[in-house]
Amino acid sequence: MQKELIRLEHISKSFDGQMVLDDLELKIHENEFVTLLGPSGCGKTTTLRILGGFVQPDTGKVIFDNQDITGMPPNKRQLNTVFQKYALFTHMTIADNIAFGLKIRNKPKSYIEDKIRYALKLVNLEGYGKRMPDSLSGGQQQRIAIARAIVNEPKVLLLDEPLGALDLKLRQEMQYELIRMKNELGITFVYVTHDQEEALTMSDTIVVMNQGYIQQIGSPESIYNEPENAFVADFIGDSNIIPATMIEDKCVEILGTRFACVDTGFGSNRPVDVVIRPEDVELVEPAAGTITGVVTHLIFKGVHYEMEVMANGFEWLVHSTLLSPVGKEVGIRVDPFNIQIMNKPESEDEEAVALEI
Amino acid sequence: MKSKKHLLAAPYAAWAVIFIVVPLCMILYYGLTDKSGAFTLKNILAIATPGHARALWRSILLSLISTVLCFLLAYPLAMILAEKKGNSHGFIILIFILPMWMNFLLRTLAWQTLLEKTGVINGILAFLGLPALRIINTSYAIVLGMVYNFLPFMVLPLYNALSKIDENVIHAAEDLGANRIQTFFHIILPLSVPGIISGVTMVFVPALTTFVISTLLGGSKVLLIGNVIEQEFTQASNWHLGSGLSIVLMIFILINMVLTALFEKDESGT
Amino acid sequence: MRKTADFAKKIYTALIFLFLYAPIATLIVLSFNASKTRAKWGGFTMDWYLSLMQDETILDALGTTLLIAFLSALIASVIGTVACIAMSGMKRRSRTVLMGITNIPMLNADIVTGISLMLLFISLGLRFGFGTILLSHITFNIPYVILSVLPRMKQLNPSVYEAALDLGAPPLTAFFKVTLPDLMPGILSGFLMAFTMSLDDFIITHFTKGAGINTLSTKIYTEVRKGIKPEMYALSTIIFVTVLVLLFLINMTPDKAQRKTDGKEETA
Repeated sequence: MQKELIRLEHISKSFDGQMVLDDLELKIHENEFVTLLGPSGCGKTTTLRILGGFVQPDTGKVIFDNQDITGMPPNKRQLNTVFQKYALFTHMTIADNIAFGLKIRNKPKSYIEDKIRYALKLVNLEGYGKRMPDSLSGGQQQRIAIARAIVNEPKVLLLDEPLGALDLKLRQEMQYELIRMKNELGITFVYVTHDQEEALTMSDTIVVMNQGYIQQIGSPESIYNEPENAFVADFIGDSNIIPATMIEDKCVEILGTRFACVDTGFGSNRPVDVVIRPEDVELVEPAAGTITGVVTHLIFKGVHYEMEVMANGFEWLVHSTLLSPVGKEVGIRVDPFNIQIMNKPESEDEEAVALEI
Repeated sequence: MKSKKHLLAAPYAAWAVIFIVVPLCMILYYGLTDKSGAFTLKNILAIATPGHARALWRSILLSLISTVLCFLLAYPLAMILAEKKGNSHGFIILIFILPMWMNFLLRTLAWQTLLEKTGVINGILAFLGLPALRIINTSYAIVLGMVYNFLPFMVLPLYNALSKIDENVIHAAEDLGANRIQTFFHIILPLSVPGIISGVTMVFVPALTTFVISTLLGGSKVLLIGNVIEQEFTQASNWHLGSGLSIVLMIFILINMVLTALFEKDESGT
Repeated sequence: MRKTADFAKKIYTALIFLFLYAPIATLIVLSFNASKTRAKWGGFTMDWYLSLMQDETILDALGTTLLIAFLSALIASVIGTVACIAMSGMKRRSRTVLMGITNIPMLNADIVTGISLMLLFISLGLRFGFGTILLSHITFNIPYVILSVLPRMKQLNPSVYEAALDLGAPPLTAFFKVTLPDLMPGILSGFLMAFTMSLDDFIITHFTKGAGINTLSTKIYTEVRKGIKPEMYALSTIIFVTVLVLLFLINMTPDKAQRKTDGKEETA
């Protein structure tokens, strides 16, 4: 891994007596694309604002490049922010918006002009310099907000749900653009979103947060395939979260039936939760299944069929390219590698939640 | 159905023509004619006579001073009020409108009581060992009365403009390296220009044209152009001259509007 | 550092409000002053409040003021609201012209508005009195209504009206049951603004009233030279305190409920 750039130490923050961040610890490395992911109110935006310097933590330190910057005002920090809903200066042209930070730093005119041209090219908006922000579409304004931030050559770019106001198609386009820009610029991105797909697509590292606590830090693959608790499993993609008992290493009893698995170290005869992704549930002939059940619902989703199978008193969510009609008796089989064992939630924030996004 | 909607405008359009447009035309007519009905410019040129010119000059001077004072007092206050988040919006507006429920003549007269030689303020000053203020019946008292009466009209538009500025826009400026002073002059001040313009207009016009405040606080010593016009109508009954001077007044109001409009264009153009 | 700045802000705000409310406090004090001259404090008395009840000229003026304020605000609200609805269906150019004319009384000097209306009423041969005051007040009140209803009108979602039609409501029913309630907050604040402006107006009334009728403002103006009757202070105090209490009651109830829901919103 690259050199550590930012370290948040024991950060706590509450607003009006409500705890938003509780003893948060986080390290961010150079040239990393880190995404803070979580439902609204999880503390991700507050974390970003503490990094930007707009919010002072109640306790804890922000270390940047081995230097304590906790009390440093935003205008002195080597970070730049791309704000939610862009926050462009509506009384200035696009070029003046982009030049703002450079003019403040008294850069020479020719340098500023070069930078504006370079930035507009980077965000694919060449020739827009004389326009006013109001005359641009949402997606274009978003690019200008990015251009305005990056011309200052920050070491870190903070992005606060930058694509939240865009429609789906544009959002996907911008995701690729952001990845391209990050690779071109070679700087650290700290990205805040509640959209798990966005997080999985773009990040090197995802930090899943809920109720002011970090639930899991890891690569997109590890977050998706090996969620550490029910909240993460539920928040990232669809999943079957089933109460179970760990009989011994590599053997778990799910709904009264023993399944082989690969996890060890959970002790013996201990209650746990298992996570099985719907695409990892294989539907086979009844005789070939570990357990059997009946298909109760069937929806065509395009790339696959979504089915619900009632087996051993649990509604299993199944994604499969093969169709099994409602009422058909099927066997269920799961590859041991695809059964993820989790400890039972120890606190409320680790529980699976019904999400409304 | 939808196409007939604009027909509903008829009652108000008729009202506006009869009670707004026609009366203004009548002022123009009276101002540009003499008693026999013949066309003349003498009612307008009458502004050049020493007495009228002095009254107009005094009005312009006092109203400009009052406008500047109102702006300087109101801007910090509007910023402080705009900082407060949440739903205090209605409450703040209320606080400024509330005094209007106590008659404006009485409120202005109350300043007499406060400013008099043996009045409340001088009592406090004497208690503190400070020299007494002697401003009643002077231009100072008129300026004070103007600032007092029109300050809310400066605060409210400024407050509206400032509270509309997205917090993140200010954060963005700081994020890009601007300190507080730079943020103020590059971002906050330009973005509040619409508020400044309506505030300046709403203070300058009534201050320029008042005759009540000068009557109440200036004694009979300080005549403003408003007093002159009022007297032409109520005492001298020379409507032609009064209308002519009113036209001059409207020209100044128009100049003010054009100047502020130009200023606005200039600000957004750079 | 931050604390001293906060303190300075509080002091500044307090000083401005002291400036705005000092005359009001003075008037309230004067209404209890036993001495008839404003300059001296002659001890506490309730006499002025009692003699106010017998003073017919003041009570008459009060009645006229309130009636004019109420009627002019009401009529202005109706005309103004209808005008706003009409303007939403107008072509851009004619709407700009109408809005331009609407702005004239707001931007023009009161003295000019007053004089121009006076000249109009004279040439129309109207008898100066209650009617001419009312017409003038309606005229300067309509812009306040329009300016507070129009923003509300722009926020209006046209689909809501269409939904009502779609659900079988005839156009007029749809308007009264759906559109009008949506506009109501704007209309109400316009009405209140108009009422206040009418109540506080002196200049325009001064030019458009006839002999023998007075609003509180013109009554006070005629008394300035003779000396203001202390009953006037008593009356203003009663009006002010009544409004204060009313506003307090109105504002406290919905405000609290709203603050509660606000508190529930997530902060991050």
